[in-house]
Amino acid sequence: MKRWLAAAVLGLSLGGMAQAAIDTYQFANDAERERYHDLTKELRCPKCQNQDIADSNAPIATDLRREIFRMLGEGKSNQQIIDFMVDRYGDFVRYKPALTARTWLLWFGPGVLLVGGFAVLALIVRKRRTPVPGTSADLSPEERERLAKLLDKEQTHD
Amino acid sequence: MKRLVMILPLLVFLMVAVVLYRGLFLDPTELPSAMIGKPFPAFSLPDVQGERTLTQADLEGRPALVNVWGTWCVSCRVEHPVLNKLAEQGVLIYGVNYKDDNAAALKWLAEFHNPYTLDVRDEQGTLGLDLGVYGAPETFFIDAKGVIRHKYVGVIDETVWREQLAPIYQGLVDEARP
Repeated sequence: MKRWLAAAVLGLSLGGMAQAAIDTYQFANDAERERYHDLTKELRCPKCQNQDIADSNAPIATDLRREIFRMLGEGKSNQQIIDFMVDRYGDFVRYKPALTARTWLLWFGPGVLLVGGFAVLALIVRKRRTPVPGTSADLSPEERERLAKLLDKEQTHD
Repeated sequence: MKRLVMILPLLVFLMVAVVLYRGLFLDPTELPSAMIGKPFPAFSLPDVQGERTLTQADLEGRPALVNVWGTWCVSCRVEHPVLNKLAEQGVLIYGVNYKDDNAAALKWLAEFHNPYTLDVRDEQGTLGLDLGVYGAPETFFIDAKGVIRHKYVGVIDETVWREQLAPIYQGLVDEARP
C-alpha cells in the first residue's frame, strides 16, 4: 500500500514538472512539430539581440511562438508564416534573410573575400616562382662543357 | 604600381576602422519598423473604460500619436507626465493598453491623469502583434488618413520630443491642413 502511494505521489510530481516546461503544445503530427521547431529556430526574437524565439523567455517570444503554433494549425505554409513576421517586425527577425539587392553583400561578401584572398595568395606565389635573371639553374653550353670536364677529371683521378 | 600595393593594406585597415568606429555609436536595440508607410492595422477592440468598441476608423481624421503602454512597464511611468503635458498642449494622443490588467490600467489613469483621447484595450496583445510592438513604450505617428508615418521606441522625454518628434508631428499637422 505504502509503495503504491509513493508511486502515485511520484507520478503526480512528474506531471507537475511536465507542465512547468514552457509551451507544451499539442501538434497534429510530427511533421508539424518539426516545422514548428525549424521556424522557431529560424526566427529571431525582436526584443532580445541574439536569440531565436525558440530559445528566448521574453514575453514577445512566447507570443510569437503561440502565433506560429496557431498558424501551423491553420495550415499556413512556412513562407506565409515568415512573411507574416517580416511584415510586422522587418527583416531583423530572420536569421536567413531573403536574397535582395540590400542583402547581397551579406550573403556573398564572405565568399568574395575568400576568393580575393586566394587570388592575392596565387599572385604572390607566382611572383616568387618567376626566376630572377642571373640565378638560373640552367647552364649555358660553355658551362656544361666545363662541368663535364671537371667531372671527367674527378673520375680519372679515382 | 608597387607603391599602390604597399599602401593597400593601410587603406583596407582605414576602411574597416571607419566602419567599426561608426558601429560603436549605433544602437542595436533600435529596429527599423516594417510598418512605416502602411495603414494602421485593422482591429476591433473595446476601450479601456469599457464604454464602446473601437476600430481603426476611429483613429482617422487627424494626425495623432498612438502610444503603446502598460502598467507593468516601468519606463511608461516615466513617460506618462510628458504625455500629459503634450495632451495639454493640444497634441492628439491615442493609447493602446498593451497586455495589461484592465483594473490596474483604470487605476493608473485615475491616479496619473489620462492623456489619451481614446484608449484601446489590447489585453491579448493581438493589436500589438499586428503593429510589430516588441516592448513598451512605443509610439506610432499616424497621419490624418490613418497611415503610420513614424515610430519611436522608448521613453519620449522633453528633449526627444523637442529635438526629434515635434517636427515630425508638426509636419503631419501641416500636411493635413487644406
